[in-house]
Amino acid sequence: MTSTARPEEVHPSAAPEFPMSRAAACPFDPPPALKAEQEQGPLRKVRLWDGTTPWLVTRYAEQRTLLADPRISADVTRPGYPSPAPLRGTSFSFILMDDPEHARQRRMVTAPFTIRRVEALRPAVQKIVDGLIDEMLSGPARTDLVQAFALPVPSLVICELLGVPYGDHDFFQVNSKTLISRSAPPEARAAAHADLIGYLDELMGDKIAGPADDLLSGLGTRVEAGELSRREAAEMGVLLLIAGHETTANMIALGTLALLEHPDQLALLRDTGDAKVVSGAVEELLRYLNITHGGRRRVALEDIEIAGEVIRAGEGIIVPNDIGNRDPEVFPDPDRLDLRRDARRHVAFGFGVHQCVGQPLARMELQVVYSTLYRRIPTLRLDTALEQLSFKHDGSVYGVHELPVAW
Amino acid sequence: MKVTLDQDKCVASGQCVVAAADVFDQDDDGIAVLLDPAPPSDRADDVEQAAAVCPALAITVQD
Ligand code: SF4
Repeated sequence: MTSTARPEEVHPSAAPEFPMSRAAACPFDPPPALKAEQEQGPLRKVRLWDGTTPWLVTRYAEQRTLLADPRISADVTRPGYPSPAPLRGTSFSFILMDDPEHARQRRMVTAPFTIRRVEALRPAVQKIVDGLIDEMLSGPARTDLVQAFALPVPSLVICELLGVPYGDHDFFQVNSKTLISRSAPPEARAAAHADLIGYLDELMGDKIAGPADDLLSGLGTRVEAGELSRREAAEMGVLLLIAGHETTANMIALGTLALLEHPDQLALLRDTGDAKVVSGAVEELLRYLNITHGGRRRVALEDIEIAGEVIRAGEGIIVPNDIGNRDPEVFPDPDRLDLRRDARRHVAFGFGVHQCVGQPLARMELQVVYSTLYRRIPTLRLDTALEQLSFKHDGSVYGVHELPVAW
Repeated sequence: MKVTLDQDKCVASGQCVVAAADVFDQDDDGIAVLLDPAPPSDRADDVEQAAAVCPALAITVQD
């Protein structure tokens, strides 16, 4: 162990900038600079776009401990909150609130995501996946997998679940892309957010007038009962719509790319009929790929002693799950994609009370996708050089912009 | 083995059900329900897994 200056003694200008960039040569790995910080210690200081220097939590154990600690807040409006970008155009849904209001609102949307309800959806998801593959196979033997498959799968599923007309997908995909882009100007993000809220608000009006068996209708009933304002309901709708799209779509495309680059691992998925093998593989891909790479953001409500440091009340905390999932203490040889390892403890969906609400659905979708795509198209291959691909370095969700494939 | 579950903490992730479906269930809103507070010892691994993956630290296991 080398002796280094205590992070809090580091002058702000000396703290490394966050977020850091992934290396072009290793598109699946967390940024090398982030790895270097992890090697230095569990708690580091970093510098953000606005010059502030929050804590960076680099190791798995401290990440889980802090994310489950009630003395931290997810309230984006609190002073000291390490915001990833100027606040304009930010969606203020329950993911940026603390309990008890967070718990109250979150419990309004958990019903469709129980294991039983998600399992009941599996045949419908299988049908969607098979239908899209049929379409791919009936055309020319090359396509962009993102547009033809990775995006439509979660899009069709979340639209069905929420009760959003799939025909509008161009509109909300374009806007959600802008909303989560770090490089989009704040005005553009604010406009995209306003458009999405307006769209959801109008849809909510329709659902209140004529409820159906979907999540937005359920929220409409809550609005009518006075449990939720219409604005809050629209914010929830935007959150679920975006979260349901971007994350799973990127996991499908980036996961496929990773598997094509690791043919022995792909063969495991292609050749198995065992649901356990498939679910284990999905957990490992979630651990390995970490498509949310901006880190969970929090602010300390009280002084918190951890790993020999004291995080003071009002100081920002960033928990990047990508590096937590590559902690060698927890996952031996962490940079190796090994679909047979037990990766279930990963923090790809976060940890603590804010852990992703849609994760049972995401897991099921990925299980269906990965167990079907390579079995039905065993000759699937990348139709370009890896170096030609362009990766989403500037958004809060990482992935590939396009994935040209052939078979 | 003695298992306790704090339903007030539960955030309805269902991960306990995935890990040990004969010990945990979910109500219609997703809140976990403890089916068996004293599961047989051959269930220990799965129940410990459930406690380890529970994001809300709502599950406690005692030997
Ligand atoms: S794993 Fe924990 S948070 Fe998730 S349903 Fe079970 S008890 Fe609730």
